[in-house]
Amino acid sequence: MNTLTRAGLGLLMTTAVATAQADDVKIGMITTLSGGGSHLGVDVRDGFMLAMNQADRDDLEVLIQDDARRPDLAKSLSNEFMQRDQVDILTGIIWSNLAMAVVPSVVRQGTFYLSPNAGPSDLAGRMCHENYFNVAYQNDNLHGAMGAYMRGQGFENPLLMAPNYPAGTDALAGFKHLFEGEVADEIYTQLGQTDYAAEIARIRASDADSLFFFLPGGMGISFMKQWESSGVEMPVFGAAFSFDETIIKAVGSAAIGAMNTSQWAYDLDNAANQAFVEGFQEAYERMPTLYAAQGYDTARLILSALDKAHPSDKDAFRDALRDADFDSVRGEFRFGSNHHPIQDIHVREVVEGEDGEPTNRLVGIAVKDIQDVYAEQCRM
Amino acid sequence: MSVTLLIEQLINGLQLGTMLFLMASGLTLVFGVMGLINLAHGSFYMVGAYVTALTSVSTGSFPLGLAAGVLAAAAAGAIVELLVIRRLYGRSHLDQVLATFALILIFSEGTRWLFGSSPLWLSPPEALSGSVALPGGSRYPVYRLVIIAVGVVVAAGLYLLIAHTRLGMRIRAGESDREIIGALGVNIRRLYTLVFALGAALAGLAGSLVGALQSVQVGMGEPVLILAFVVIVIGGIGSIKGALLGALLVGMVDTLGRVFLPALFGQFMSPSDAAGAGTALAAMLIYILMAVILAFKPKGLFAAHD
Repeated sequence: MNTLTRAGLGLLMTTAVATAQADDVKIGMITTLSGGGSHLGVDVRDGFMLAMNQADRDDLEVLIQDDARRPDLAKSLSNEFMQRDQVDILTGIIWSNLAMAVVPSVVRQGTFYLSPNAGPSDLAGRMCHENYFNVAYQNDNLHGAMGAYMRGQGFENPLLMAPNYPAGTDALAGFKHLFEGEVADEIYTQLGQTDYAAEIARIRASDADSLFFFLPGGMGISFMKQWESSGVEMPVFGAAFSFDETIIKAVGSAAIGAMNTSQWAYDLDNAANQAFVEGFQEAYERMPTLYAAQGYDTARLILSALDKAHPSDKDAFRDALRDADFDSVRGEFRFGSNHHPIQDIHVREVVEGEDGEPTNRLVGIAVKDIQDVYAEQCRM
Repeated sequence: MSVTLLIEQLINGLQLGTMLFLMASGLTLVFGVMGLINLAHGSFYMVGAYVTALTSVSTGSFPLGLAAGVLAAAAAGAIVELLVIRRLYGRSHLDQVLATFALILIFSEGTRWLFGSSPLWLSPPEALSGSVALPGGSRYPVYRLVIIAVGVVVAAGLYLLIAHTRLGMRIRAGESDREIIGALGVNIRRLYTLVFALGAALAGLAGSLVGALQSVQVGMGEPVLILAFVVIVIGGIGSIKGALLGALLVGMVDTLGRVFLPALFGQFMSPSDAAGAGTALAAMLIYILMAVILAFKPKGLFAAHD
């Protein structure tokens, strides 16, 4: 609440200062700040605003609105931003179904959209657009990288589990694409399911040698806790969505030992990342998650492009974005032909931290320079 | 499909059933005695889980946290009854649904405002966190067995309370004729507050117990509430016996459906399609069950007002 008020006050002040100049840049952010899964949106916003505050530019205005994870609301907020506020750049959407509702019409109308999280396959492939940039990942990246990593580690018979909805089926498809082998079984759960006793019994009865799951948010917390007390001994793998710092704190010791893939880790060794992690902890008094890192990189990409061109000169600004001329907290970072990242995906292990609470520790690289498979469908 | 897996799934179904019974018994009592549809019942579940999580982390004792969670849910129930619910008894069901839905929003956003949107940490006590061997060589978590035991104790306690105490007699009287027991000099307002707090305490108990297995977060009560409504509609609104039977039925059908339907579909479909179709049908199974039961017994299995 406090941070909200502060952000609001900051907005009012920038508005007052900024009205003087006509060529100021307006950025609209639509993200999830209330309802289920709001810790993702809060982190994207906080990471984004950290970079903005560090840059301390007075010709920039950031407007923030809450979409409450509702596609219809996100759609009407985007219309408001485009028509009333005439923003130059839109960003912020967390969920793929909301992105699909908003992004295509926004970019067709000539406004730039930079995604700090959602990366549905359609926007990377057949519906790609010159004004759309994804700064986070294509949705399959982390799952595919884990498939490649597990193959490399010699696992031959993994069991896969995900909720029965588009991102869940995509996740397992992405995993299988790079795992390139037979899997023991695939279990689909209900979206929002809280009890996994039946699934755990099936896993126990299977002959699998490992488990890969994609259960974002509260679903992952419930599953990991029940998994630990079930006494099933099997190595557990997943993508960072089920193992961000917020989630593993709620899971507790049950998360320890799980391996997960992420494009970012707080202990990645580069100067930009150290500055980010320290700055974030100082400003918000908590550990940043990958979502915060994505928000931060999105803001820094925008700032780097603004140094070269004004968004009203669309071609020059687009080229400046394409250059990605900024120090990403991920280290190496560049855009592929479909404006999605080509980047390293790292493997982290959940370990007990110095304070006794679980935390992620970098283990190594799962896949170097991963690029999504949809790029070839993109005609730009 | 081995016998071991079947045994384990039967216990799982029993455990889900007893947890649903804790929720449904309070809901059905409140509906049976006061004629009130209470959508905010899931909020007491959340209150119980939150208070248990906070207390057991600060004191380091899970039983203490559990007691605090149940008491807090009961207190929240009593306060809500006195401030809001009391004004709704004479109103139509639509007004009750609107007002109690507003209560859900107030509880959810209030909790988010106080504790933030990140889930809280709550785990079963060390002594109950292991697993025991089942016949057939499989293992089963001790904590889930404890939940079943608590459910059995609560069911027996409710039976004794309702069949053999003065309060229970009044509850039964309230179910069959509200005006007459008021006319006979029973303090009906106090009875209502008591019944409501009792229902809230049972929901809080369910939330506290299950919170240690699942994630303690805003909105955790609503998915359970939907299942609890299915249970009381199947069991017959207002009937504790119906709630018990309905809860066990829903628990079994849901658990077994989730496991065996995908396996059944796998006989004649590709594994990936079978998993998808089986899961989709399993999600519908309890609603199909409800529809079938209502087709033959429109008032549920044990309707209180036949």
